[in-house]
Amino acid sequence: MFDWMMNLFYSLPTVMQILIGIQLIVIPLMLAVAYTTFAERKVIGYAHVRIGPNRVGPRGWLQPIADALKLLTKEVILPTNANRFLFLSAPVLTIAPALAAWAVVPFFDGGALADVNAGLLYLLALTSLGVYGIIIAGWASNSKYALLGSLRSAAQLVSYEIAMGFALVGVLMAAGTLNVGGIIEAQSGSVYHWFLLPLLPMFFVYFISGIAETNRAPFDVAEGESEIVAGFHVEYSGMAFAVFFLAEYANMILISALTAILFLGGWLSPFQGILPAAVFDWPVIGALLDHGIHWFLFKTAVFLFAFLWFRATFPRYRYDQIMRLGWKVLIPVTIVWLFVEGVLVAFNVGPWFA
Amino acid sequence: MKAVRRFFKSFLFFELLLGLRLTGRYLLSRKFTVQYPDEKTPMSPRFRGLHALRRYPNGEERCIACKLCEAVCPALAITIDSEERDDGTRRTTRYDIDLFKCIFCGFCEEACPVDSIVETHLFEYHFENRGEQIMTKDKLLAIGDRFEKEIAQARAVDAPYR
Repeated sequence: MFDWMMNLFYSLPTVMQILIGIQLIVIPLMLAVAYTTFAERKVIGYAHVRIGPNRVGPRGWLQPIADALKLLTKEVILPTNANRFLFLSAPVLTIAPALAAWAVVPFFDGGALADVNAGLLYLLALTSLGVYGIIIAGWASNSKYALLGSLRSAAQLVSYEIAMGFALVGVLMAAGTLNVGGIIEAQSGSVYHWFLLPLLPMFFVYFISGIAETNRAPFDVAEGESEIVAGFHVEYSGMAFAVFFLAEYANMILISALTAILFLGGWLSPFQGILPAAVFDWPVIGALLDHGIHWFLFKTAVFLFAFLWFRATFPRYRYDQIMRLGWKVLIPVTIVWLFVEGVLVAFNVGPWFA
Repeated sequence: MKAVRRFFKSFLFFELLLGLRLTGRYLLSRKFTVQYPDEKTPMSPRFRGLHALRRYPNGEERCIACKLCEAVCPALAITIDSEERDDGTRRTTRYDIDLFKCIFCGFCEEACPVDSIVETHLFEYHFENRGEQIMTKDKLLAIGDRFEKEIAQARAVDAPYR
């Protein structure tokens, strides 16, 4: 059955194969985004000793669908003095990179839409492109709050981009390849081969900069509601606003997935090299313990939960503290650790650089 | 030494981890949200909700238009007009409570010498039109007739403490 479907799939023209692949990524991703918003409200509710949404559908499971329907039926208001073209293209510019970055993410062994050799560079480029949407949204709205929000966001992203880039350089040094699949391959062996241990500071720097890049709490000054109402998307309503929302959550999932791939070995099983090889031949348990997409999804979900947990815990950073953390803490840490890593590589310290 | 310790404390997110531990503990703790329309909290017999005018068991209205409630009302929400009835007793011709003015202090009930005006346990009500917030004598008596049993029971439960 499965072989027959695969044969049919490979007999299709390449364009069709790619289009089907895109659907297979984007539709589950959009569902994941919808249910991340639900999970966020639930997690924050639980942290507040509340229950969270539970009225729409069984246990509130239809809440994101109700939210989406509400936003779809609302009017998209164009401010009189807004630049119409830029105003409407900003949401597109925000969500396009958030979705396009998924092209190089390997969901399982060989399961990436595009096996790009310079995948890491592609990811770095696309995650930075998202800021254009925010800047353009702030500019085109012709509102001082939106402009301030986008300025803050731009400054913040530029600062954290550097630390993030250095953290990726650390991964690159350890893996010796820019190919995302290759980075996962380089971590195979056992849990100790994952880059989490040798690159622990890089891992923290990457995840913190990832939170800052997605403008999530505690780095959400770009939309600080107490100061600048809602930041860059004050003037947006209806579906145009929803697209920004989708992009933010798609970016969150992307950062979680990338952290899982770069530092926790993506689809690699943590039991590999620990349990005897015969275990993986057991009927169902063996498949669960073996490598596979479920490990990737699990690791991503853990980081996604961390995003929500942080949002429920930390108050917003003051603006100068954000800049201090980015420039005076994260960047020096990465530079020091690049040096340490260079030494480790030069002396072939095992098991990672042997 | 202190400076070094403080540096490491802030560098290793010590306080952030403490915060995460706290929210994590609340995340897992038992929730005591009351699912309001499905579940309700217990209500005291002294609960002060919507007003009602009571009658004696023989059907005669209790209110004798003494206007003590009108006088004591701190929000000036009660308006009473009265005249002599054919049998020579004094009764109200108008007994209005403006619920927008009322602060549900319960002074009217305390002031009433004949236990006529009372505040019931009703709190789930709404108005859809301007003017509906004025509780007229007819409306108040109707509420009193409908909930007399509950009203009397609540008064009986609370009586030992009065």
